[in-house]
Amino acid sequence: MYVSAVFLPLIGSFIAGILVFIGANTEPEKKKNIDQMAQMVTVGAMLLSAVAATIAFIDVVVYGNTVVIKVWTWVESGSLKFSWELRGDTLSLIMLLMVTWVGSMIHIYSIGYMSHDNSIPRFMSYLSLFTFFMLMLVTSNNLIQLFFGWEGVGLASYLLIGFWYNRPSACAAAIKAFVVNRVGDFGFVLGIFATFLLFDTINFDAIFGLAEGKSNAVITVFGGEFHALTVICLLLFVGAMGKSAQLGLHTWLPDAMEGPTPVSALIHAATMVTAGVFMVARLSPLFEYSDTALTVVILVGASTAIFAATIACVQNDIKRVIAYSTCSQLGYMFFALGVSAYSAGMFHLITHAFFKALLFLGAGSVIHAMSDEQDMRKMGGLYKLIPVTYVLMWVGSLALAGIWPFSGFYSKDIVLEAAWGAHTGIGYYAFWMGIVAAFLTAFYSWRLLILTFHGESRADEITFAHVHESPKVMILPLVFLAIGALFVGILSFNFFVGDQAAEFWGNSILILSSHPALENAHHVPIWVKYLPLFVGVAGIALAYLMYMFAPELPGALANGFHRTHHFLVRKWYFDEIYDRLFVKPAFALGYGFWKSGDGALIDGVGPDGIAATTLNIARRAGALQSGYLYHYAFAMLLGIAGLTTWFLVTMS
Amino acid sequence: MSLAPFPALLPALPEIFLAIAAMILLMIGVYSRQEQSARIVSYASIVVLIITLILVGIITDGRTLTFGGAFVSDTFGLFIKTLVLIASSATILISRDYLIMHGINRFEFPVLIVLATLGMLMMVSANDLISLYLGLELQSLSLYVMAAFQRDSTRSAEAGLKYFVLGALASGLLLYGLTLVYGFSGTTNFDSLTKLFTSEHVDVPIGITIGIVFIVSGLAFKVSAVPFHMWTPDVYEGAPTPVTAFFAIAPKIAAMGLFIRIMTGPFGQLAGEWQQIIIFISIASMILGAFAAINQRNIKRLMAYSSIGHMGYALIGMAVAGQLGDTATRADGIYGMLIYLAIYLFMNLGTFTCILLMKRNSRMVENIEDLAGLSKTNPAMAAALTIFMFSMAGIPPLAGFVGKLYIFQSAIRAELFGLAIIGVLASVVGAFYYLRIVKVMYFDKPEEEFDQPVSLEMNGVIIVTGAVTLFLILFPGPLLMGAAAASAALFPG
Repeated sequence: MYVSAVFLPLIGSFIAGILVFIGANTEPEKKKNIDQMAQMVTVGAMLLSAVAATIAFIDVVVYGNTVVIKVWTWVESGSLKFSWELRGDTLSLIMLLMVTWVGSMIHIYSIGYMSHDNSIPRFMSYLSLFTFFMLMLVTSNNLIQLFFGWEGVGLASYLLIGFWYNRPSACAAAIKAFVVNRVGDFGFVLGIFATFLLFDTINFDAIFGLAEGKSNAVITVFGGEFHALTVICLLLFVGAMGKSAQLGLHTWLPDAMEGPTPVSALIHAATMVTAGVFMVARLSPLFEYSDTALTVVILVGASTAIFAATIACVQNDIKRVIAYSTCSQLGYMFFALGVSAYSAGMFHLITHAFFKALLFLGAGSVIHAMSDEQDMRKMGGLYKLIPVTYVLMWVGSLALAGIWPFSGFYSKDIVLEAAWGAHTGIGYYAFWMGIVAAFLTAFYSWRLLILTFHGESRADEITFAHVHESPKVMILPLVFLAIGALFVGILSFNFFVGDQAAEFWGNSILILSSHPALENAHHVPIWVKYLPLFVGVAGIALAYLMYMFAPELPGALANGFHRTHHFLVRKWYFDEIYDRLFVKPAFALGYGFWKSGDGALIDGVGPDGIAATTLNIARRAGALQSGYLYHYAFAMLLGIAGLTTWFLVTMS
Repeated sequence: MSLAPFPALLPALPEIFLAIAAMILLMIGVYSRQEQSARIVSYASIVVLIITLILVGIITDGRTLTFGGAFVSDTFGLFIKTLVLIASSATILISRDYLIMHGINRFEFPVLIVLATLGMLMMVSANDLISLYLGLELQSLSLYVMAAFQRDSTRSAEAGLKYFVLGALASGLLLYGLTLVYGFSGTTNFDSLTKLFTSEHVDVPIGITIGIVFIVSGLAFKVSAVPFHMWTPDVYEGAPTPVTAFFAIAPKIAAMGLFIRIMTGPFGQLAGEWQQIIIFISIASMILGAFAAINQRNIKRLMAYSSIGHMGYALIGMAVAGQLGDTATRADGIYGMLIYLAIYLFMNLGTFTCILLMKRNSRMVENIEDLAGLSKTNPAMAAALTIFMFSMAGIPPLAGFVGKLYIFQSAIRAELFGLAIIGVLASVVGAFYYLRIVKVMYFDKPEEEFDQPVSLEMNGVIIVTGAVTLFLILFPGPLLMGAAAASAALFPG
């Protein structure tokens, strides 16, 4: 079951990949059939995989049969030994279940969303390939396999962001995503090396077993001695920051919205970007022994939460708003991890997957209806025309804003309570940042809803006349996700962070008794419990005030605080600073190497120079051949005279 | 007065047979009908050469001396003679079309080849300065005549004359060297010379050294090594193409055989004296062969420079053999050299056969541009010529690569790194003009087709040489074993 759940998407992807080549040069009639075949194969494989994952989930989590399935021996080289293994514990299985189900829904949705596209099999193949890599990532039993999945999803993400490769902006975004992730991956790889250096193994069980004994070990970096586990955890966290778009390495995520919307939903909201969160939770037995690393995680997470939320308030592209929202929510997850409330972070990860995928797909449905228009300033008044999408977007937004009884309420509350419960300075920082971000979250969510669906239409007439509700094949996955956004929180609260948590998680997460934040979360003052809900409602109210009842207010504010506004619109100048600091110098360096290094020096002296010299010598050598007999005889005599002289000189 | 004992004839049986057969062939030519004579004598010559080859194979058994130690028969001789005999008989095969077309289809041509071959066999078996010179002159005189064989062509006559004058000069130099060596050592016999130079008093008289320099110069002329190469391009271009083909292969191999024998034999212990010269002429030949060919438009001239270059590569092996010290290393150099020469034989034979097929409207064409678009008009010939060109450039997995590999390997083992590096660089430059021919054949606009049909003999030669060039790397065993046995014969113990 477990194995088939992981490998079915790969098979689907492979078959769809073959269909790409078969369908390449056929006539439209046949191509239609091939497209359908690719859709059926991949969706079928995904659904089967989801069913298999469910069965495995019941077996492992409900009945407690934790397993490790060895698929293949991978490397045995000295003390470096590891295999392809599928790790079946609660943490893996939750992810497996979420990825397969959300993935299935997005596969189905893609049938409708991509129906006008020319390369359907390629898209479906990439999508399934991504799912496979994601499953490899979450089921890995050693750091290398984790890294394999990690790079695999990065590759699939690159391919899908650049799916419309004839758009320069899509290609640029794809490259940006890849390069920024490379920075994070570099840290990740160094972390793996350091782990091997310290533990002499990279298999999870062995590392976790040894972690306590090494908790005081030191490692020498650039001549200084540092706490070994802190170094390892920070390096690994750099990888997580890249993949999960945390402050500093977040710049690729908004640009990644160039990809088709199902991609944004699957990769850049529900699954891949949460890989960093998953990784930290998976390595909780390491992070627990480094307070410094945990503090950094909190700091980065909380700062990202507030930072991204502020930007989301001023964006006009519907997908970018949701993208920054994702970034901000990931920040919540990270500071939850940082206060050792791993289960709370994972809880928010799962609920977020549902409502964020819902929001993205809903936005996709809007974009689809609006003939590919993404700018909210050109929307408005859509709620009568696409009522189902409207309702579903409401569900998603309510969940995101953390309104009872939607799932976001439960997960965001426990995250914030845990931050308070840590009773540390940095914990309080995270709490207050989270509260402000929650307010902003509610505000920008309703700003999005109101701008898109209410008021007068600002679209041109042709577009507006074309607005239509999306086909069933797109609506049904939305309904499924909406049900998830409604009930996942309420149903699973007890298991994730409530009374049955200890039994539910088994051994898959380690929390030292010195980090009681989650325990304390259940005993916080009453105002801490209700503050998130209150600021959520307040945020919604403010949005109504500004965009419905006093539409001139936003403009006035933007003018009044135009510096602040500009600062937010320019996204805190991150792109500009990076451009100045890294991109431009890199281009200058590359240009220099190309023009003066390669062109002038290597080509000039090398191939071109040598070729010219060769021809020159050839001309001279040919000129020696005069055709006159006495010249030839003279040359011979000169030769023998020369040789004899040389010998007489050297011998004496 | 006691007569010298009658010498044992058996070790020289192949040469004796060939000498008598040459006389008989001449008689056949004279006494058969005019129009038939050339054909009969040609095929008879091939049969004679093949029988000689078989005799050489049968007779050779270890190292045997005869004629008072002036003649030696050994495995080394067997190897070189085999190559020479193959080259000679193949040349007769491929030359017939050309001779007929140019109205010089006379029976003297094969007889001259047989006589030249006889000279070459004697050179290779020479074990005395006198017999060395006799063999060399017999060969050279035949070649002078052959160069001028197309008497009504001024170019051919000019080539013959140039070759004769310069050849005579080279012979003079050689002879002068021989007399110097004799004068300072008192013997002409190789074995006595060897013994003399191995013995305790190593103080070599200066006359011997100068004698060696002259001998090397004379032999360098025969293998057309720089700076004694000047005759080569002119003679190659002017001589009738079959003669050029013959010049490029058989005499080169035979002269190399003689060169090896005299340098590793009597002068083997004096390697310190001559290694420097060999290194110099090897480097000079490689570089000149690579550079001077680039501007050539005439393919025969190009092949002249190509053969100069190839001789330079082969001489690397001789330089290795001049590295005093480990006998195995020295033998290794000769081993590589013999492999190189054998492969050189097949590549050149194939190439010249292709060149002989370059005729349009019953006229020979000789320019590289005439090959334009050959891949379209005659894909089989283009493919064959491509194989030969790639092989000459030393591109794996073709035979030429194998040859270069063994040569460079031996140089590296002998720690003659400079020689190996220059060799590799020169072969990079040389690759240019070989590949240009391929480029002209495959990418240029087609010219008019070459004349068809191609005779059975020439097709056969192309197929056999092409197959050897292409597949040698798969079945290198016989060649490697033969070369190993031959080189071991020169370095006993």
